[in-house]
Amino acid sequence: MSLSCELLHVIQRKGSDEPYGMDSYEGARARWCAGCGDHGILTAVQRLLAAEQLVPEQTVFVSGIGCSSRFPHYLKTYGFHGIHGRALPVSTGIKLHRPELSVFTVMGDGDCTSIGAAHWIHALRYNVDLTVMMLDNAIYGLTKKQTSPTTPQGTVSNTQPRGSYLPAMNPLSVSLGVTNASFVAQTAEWVPAHLYATLRAAYQHKGTSFVRILQRCPVFTPEIFASAVRDPSQIALLVHDDGVIVPEIEKIYKTQIHHDPRDLAAARHYAESDDRIHLGVFFRDPSRPRYEETRRTTPRTPTERNTRLEEEFDKYAV
Amino acid sequence: MTISAGTTSAVAPQTGAPPAHLRVREHTIEIVSDSGEGAQKCGQIFAAVSAKMGNGIWTVEIIPAEVQPPPRVPEGASGNRIRVGAGPVTNWGDQTDLVVAFNEQALLARHRVGALAPDAILLIEEMWATSQDPAIVAAWEAAMEELSTREYRIIPVPMQEQCLTLVENPRKGKNMFALGMLAYIYDRDMERIRDQIATAFRKKSEAVYDSNVSLVNLGYQWAQEHIGFRIDVPPAPIDTPLVVMNGNEAIGMGAIAAGFELCAMYPITPATSVSHYLSEVFERFGGVVHQAEDEIAAAGVAIGASYAGKVALTITSGPGLALKTEFLGLAIMTETPLVVVDVQRGGPSTGLPTKVEQSDLLAALFGQPGDAPHVIVAPATIEECFHVMITARRIAETFRAVVMVLTDANLATGVAPYPRPTLDSQWQAAPIDLAPVGDSDLPYAWEEETGLSRRIVPGQPGGMFTLTGLSHDERSKVAYSSGIHQHSSAMRSRKLAVLQSVLTPPVVYGDEEGGDLLVVGWGSTKGAIEEAVDRVRADGLKVSSLHLRFLSPLEPGIKAILQRFTKVVAVEINYSDDPDAPYITEENRRRGQMAMLLRSSTLVDVDSWTRVPGEPLRPGSIVTAIRERVLSGGAA
Repeated sequence: MSLSCELLHVIQRKGSDEPYGMDSYEGARARWCAGCGDHGILTAVQRLLAAEQLVPEQTVFVSGIGCSSRFPHYLKTYGFHGIHGRALPVSTGIKLHRPELSVFTVMGDGDCTSIGAAHWIHALRYNVDLTVMMLDNAIYGLTKKQTSPTTPQGTVSNTQPRGSYLPAMNPLSVSLGVTNASFVAQTAEWVPAHLYATLRAAYQHKGTSFVRILQRCPVFTPEIFASAVRDPSQIALLVHDDGVIVPEIEKIYKTQIHHDPRDLAAARHYAESDDRIHLGVFFRDPSRPRYEETRRTTPRTPTERNTRLEEEFDKYAV
Repeated sequence: MTISAGTTSAVAPQTGAPPAHLRVREHTIEIVSDSGEGAQKCGQIFAAVSAKMGNGIWTVEIIPAEVQPPPRVPEGASGNRIRVGAGPVTNWGDQTDLVVAFNEQALLARHRVGALAPDAILLIEEMWATSQDPAIVAAWEAAMEELSTREYRIIPVPMQEQCLTLVENPRKGKNMFALGMLAYIYDRDMERIRDQIATAFRKKSEAVYDSNVSLVNLGYQWAQEHIGFRIDVPPAPIDTPLVVMNGNEAIGMGAIAAGFELCAMYPITPATSVSHYLSEVFERFGGVVHQAEDEIAAAGVAIGASYAGKVALTITSGPGLALKTEFLGLAIMTETPLVVVDVQRGGPSTGLPTKVEQSDLLAALFGQPGDAPHVIVAPATIEECFHVMITARRIAETFRAVVMVLTDANLATGVAPYPRPTLDSQWQAAPIDLAPVGDSDLPYAWEEETGLSRRIVPGQPGGMFTLTGLSHDERSKVAYSSGIHQHSSAMRSRKLAVLQSVLTPPVVYGDEEGGDLLVVGWGSTKGAIEEAVDRVRADGLKVSSLHLRFLSPLEPGIKAILQRFTKVVAVEINYSDDPDAPYITEENRRRGQMAMLLRSSTLVDVDSWTRVPGEPLRPGSIVTAIRERVLSGGAA
């Protein structure tokens, strides 16, 4: 049976009263290693998309380069898999031109905090409405185990075989130091309920929502988060009505800190304290200006544009 | 009152006597001062009025490297140079015939770079000769000594003294006094001058306008009483509506006419003034100028916007183009349409930030690692700077291509009139198509014959593909099998051949049938090359020229044209080894950039004559090169 494109579309739309399920967003089969934390993040994202009933064609995932940046290929939304470190400028361009689209940015730790560091800082300042996920496994995986800025000091890698030389960069402190940053959170892929709740809060926040997702690499850094995975007492949850509250994990993660995400000084304190790994929304301020709103212009028809351009030419007329 | 240092009767004070009239086809005038004394404003108004009266003009800026250089140093010379012609003027010409200088050091700067004709008339502020500061007097005297080595005609002018009769701070008024003098000498229409002053100072007060007009009148009156000559460059009546602007403004207006809605940029000389212009007006057209955090991000934002909708624009100069390189490869690989304007300056590295050069051609063409076919087009005139934006956007959209537009500092800052465009709504980008995508539609549905494919943008139901910079097949699946990369590379490359097939062959200027020499150029040198060709043809030499707009793909039929001439020389503003320089052989000689392209694509033995003087080529220099070097067999 042959149908025109338009008819096919009508048929598909007829069924569209049915809600999107998680499987509506399934793209190609994920090719990450077995045990890679990225699988769980992909699932949490699909759960978020279904929960928010995001229209697949109105949703764009933008990534850079690295293991995590394969993300868009595994989703059935629009995707743009670009170059190393530069996912944020591409995301900014999409959102500036098409503010009606939901735009997600997926980066790794090297992508975001090393080669793309300038864009990371400025994206936080632009505060364009993007949901930004930084999948932090503290190592370069795709290029086979090189030190990244978030690699813990002393970790042996192929580029620093006698142990990495410098203390690891703290992406939360850096993000919280950026003027006009409006949402900074941390979660961990081995706490799926918290991961999902945090991503959902990030999506619902209007502005650049920066989420650092602690993520295990079973091949190159299996030990980095191992003790925190085994011992929940090493983790403290930041809880608040304006942040995330995940009742189903409260019995496991007994250290809970009531933290108002409007309190920037406290957010910086928790970001810098290294006694525990803090998960939750560190900072959230929905009142910060959003660049794409500040720069919004009224669209003009070709005729309107030409009328105004004639006026411009009048100024230069001989 | 007036002392004539290099006295000639033509400029001796002739109060009361009728002034001598010099009638010429063209004259080149400079106004030079310290930075901030308004010489440029004077020059701009003089040029605009001349254009409105029906003279051809070509204006170039004389710009110091620093924002506020120290006063009274040659490096600080700032101002304008205006070539005024009885007919159309296509380039800045050779040497300056008349200068108004606000101090002798600015004048010295122009003398030392050889800008002045041997018999140039120099009107110079005389206050420095009688300064209280002995160092200034000594500098003045040394300068006069140096200038006296030529046959200049020097006319000291009491600008300061005269301006003080009207204003307290002549530093802010001499430019209008100078404008008045020029208005007398060249018999400019005072009504138009007043209109132009009103336009130039429209944001300021009535008092500023009145004061400026009084100063112009004073300068006019002083010249009438003390300058014994007038110069007549007859204007021609204007039969078609003209606009007058520089090339960067033309690009900005072209971007609007083409329907661009986003221009992402990072400040860089000499490209930034496009963004200054657009920043001022673009929002009224529904457009946004995004100043990104760096050149790379500017490219990324433009690519993101293009991917999601209408073709976007990024504007830069050589160093910025280098930074954007990886992103340009991504746009080419994902077939995301994009227009990149490169306003070329001298390089490499920081090079000559404010000066013209045509050195980015090969970097623009081959800068991206991997095989990255894309389009390069170079407007040759200020008028073409406007129209190229419409062409570039349309090609980018139709061919899902990156289109680079190469202009240069000469076009960017040169000011000349051109026929006012008749705007057409069809020039503008169509609204993005959000129609659903059919089951058989693919993100790269390459047509085997042409490599062309339809673009799918976010928002189209059914088209949820992920574009990638990885090598991919027509479904955008990552290429894991052999053959995919070969085929997709062919598809991206074939688009250029298809584009070439719809271009028209370039037209020879001179003799289509052939001759002894063909001069080939590209970009802003067109006017100077064709003027040089006119001059040598007038002397009977069988010389023609060919000017290329498309550098990638090259326009069709070039080889056949080149083969009709005994010799072919590419004239460019980039570096090449002179054939008789030490160690230089036929094999190791580095030729000009377009010469290399033409040699490789036509197998014609194209010679190269190039210069990198940090200024536009002078037609006279090209004439000399044609005569002495090329035709006498100085080069292969």
